Amino acid sequence: MKIMVPVKRVLDYNVKPRVKADGSGVDLANAKMSLNPFDEIAVEEAVRLKEQGIASEVLVVSVGQAKAQDVLRTALAMGADRAILVQCDTEVEPLAIAKILQVIADDEAPGLILLGKQAIDDDSNQVGQMLAALLGRPQGTFASKLVVEGDHVLVTREVDGGLETLRLSLPAIVTTDLRLNEPRYASLPGIMKAKSKPLATKTPADYGVDVTPRLTTLKVSEPAVRGAGIRVADVAGLVVKLRELGVA
Amino acid sequence: MAQILVWADHDGAVLKDATRNAVTAAAQLGAVHVLVAGSGVAGVAQAAAMISGVAKVLVADDAAYAHGLAENVAPLILGLMADHDAFVAPATTTGKNIAPRVAALLDVAQISEILSVEGPKRFTRPIYAGNAIATVESSDAKLVITVRGTAFAKAGDAGSAQIETIGTTGDRGQSSFIGAEVATSERPELTSARVVVSGGRALKDAPTFEQVLFPLADRLGAAVGASRAAVDAGYAPNDCQVGQTGKIVAPEVYIAVGISGAIQHLAGMKDSKIIVAINKDEEAPIFQIADIALVADLFEAVPALTASL
Ligand SMILES: Cc1cc2nc3c(=O)[nH]c(=O)nc-3n(C[C@H](O)[C@H](O)[C@H](O)COP(=O)(O)OP(=O)(O)OC[C@H]3O[C@@H](n4cnc5c(N)ncnc54)[C@H](O)[C@@H]3O)c2cc1C
Repeated sequence: MKIMVPVKRVLDYNVKPRVKADGSGVDLANAKMSLNPFDEIAVEEAVRLKEQGIASEVLVVSVGQAKAQDVLRTALAMGADRAILVQCDTEVEPLAIAKILQVIADDEAPGLILLGKQAIDDDSNQVGQMLAALLGRPQGTFASKLVVEGDHVLVTREVDGGLETLRLSLPAIVTTDLRLNEPRYASLPGIMKAKSKPLATKTPADYGVDVTPRLTTLKVSEPAVRGAGIRVADVAGLVVKLRELGVA
Repeated sequence: MAQILVWADHDGAVLKDATRNAVTAAAQLGAVHVLVAGSGVAGVAQAAAMISGVAKVLVADDAAYAHGLAENVAPLILGLMADHDAFVAPATTTGKNIAPRVAALLDVAQISEILSVEGPKRFTRPIYAGNAIATVESSDAKLVITVRGTAFAKAGDAGSAQIETIGTTGDRGQSSFIGAEVATSERPELTSARVVVSGGRALKDAPTFEQVLFPLADRLGAAVGASRAAVDAGYAPNDCQVGQTGKIVAPEVYIAVGISGAIQHLAGMKDSKIIVAINKDEEAPIFQIADIALVADLFEAVPALTASL
């Protein structure tokens, strides 16, 4: 079984995002960029399935700027076999990404598609579900456990009330949550090997997908800032404050 | 007038409060029809019919909808969208699971977790863990939206909508529900609690987390939350995680105990009315947004606080 893992290059989670003064977006110039953490978990899971002999090949795909090569190389260094970069210099919305992935999936016929549940930049949480819809296949979102059983996969999902387990027929789409695994660091030999693994570069037009945005971003602004608070000296001071607030 | 289809979030028996916030948002767009899809959901439909501002409740009662399986409910919603201009779901795990599937079938770009309605097709939504707010406008003929509960008031109980039973689309046979581990607690639900007591990595282990935080939470009638670090380490179950990728809460009082205040955590609680932070490190980022700060060792401060309330 082949596993396909779509990944995104995003602002590193440790960097505090800064809104540009002209309100056109978040300033990414010279900022540290990384593989989206949820996608890293998806890559790790795919590589583990390969190590267990369940998967035969791990294909990673990214839609983005030329620099998205970096995150594809990271995934290859973690153990993925092959990469496709669908190069596009403008921002591509989740729906168009899902359409591109649909064409690639039709072509590559993966048994399982693993994606992060959300990208930590636009926080959309859409691509996996959209791809499942377009492919007419089942989806297991927010996975904290995944067990392949023959032509099915058991997916344990992190839901508002706790955990639930679904049984999906393969091919299926699974999106990862934080507790699925702890991704490995790429080893030095892994990084060296990644340099010679195949990375194909394509464009959205190669897949016949129109990436014209459906949404116009009119403005990006700073959220309201909270006013400065007060410091209480001890527990007694805190009790007084809580009483004033009517909490206690 | 535009017709808006709202997804009713429920567990088969009880209508979830997040539905009420979604109704408030939807009412700003047009006439509100609530879809109750499930198995044996007459009671949920009755509750939905009482929500203020709801014009009609559509009930699809079928075993195929029992667990909100996206593969089964998306075709149902798709059919109903022929007569509706927008699909609105609360940004719960169920809403987040279903809405994008519907959006793709409709060929519509979804707008996730709206914070406000600025016009018929214009909305604000948080990006980058709420460190930026984007104003976006859709050019699609129909809208698919999820609603951040904390940004809209809960619609009340002054309605009396008609209830209409609708046909079902059956089981696609691609997915089945195996089981659930549902956390049961006597405490209020995290996203609708008036007071939340949250603990972080500093709580050491699950027994310590319970011993230190539960008495305080119970004294205050509070829900219990946790940072990702506390959930990852197994101190608290996953449904307690507050943050960018967990639950979004905005209680009247949020008490953060032994939580450093990473941006991913702040994203889930910074709209709380009053934030209280207890941390032994006076440089902890949580203090930058706390209204009331106590620099102290939590293992002394929290029991003392509980005892004096
Ligand atoms: C993709 C991604 C998504 C994430 N999503 C979330 C999310 O949704 N929610 C979330 O919370 N995090 C999330 N995180 C994790 C986040 O970045 C932080 O790692 C996490 O919030 C830290 O948890 P913490 O504050 O409990 O632990 P720490 O950062 O380790 O802080 C522990 C704090 O306890 C204090 N302390 C220690 N001992 C005591 C004592 N005896 N008395 C008082 N104080 C003490 C310390 O001073 C410190 O400030 C995410 C990260 C990533 C990469």
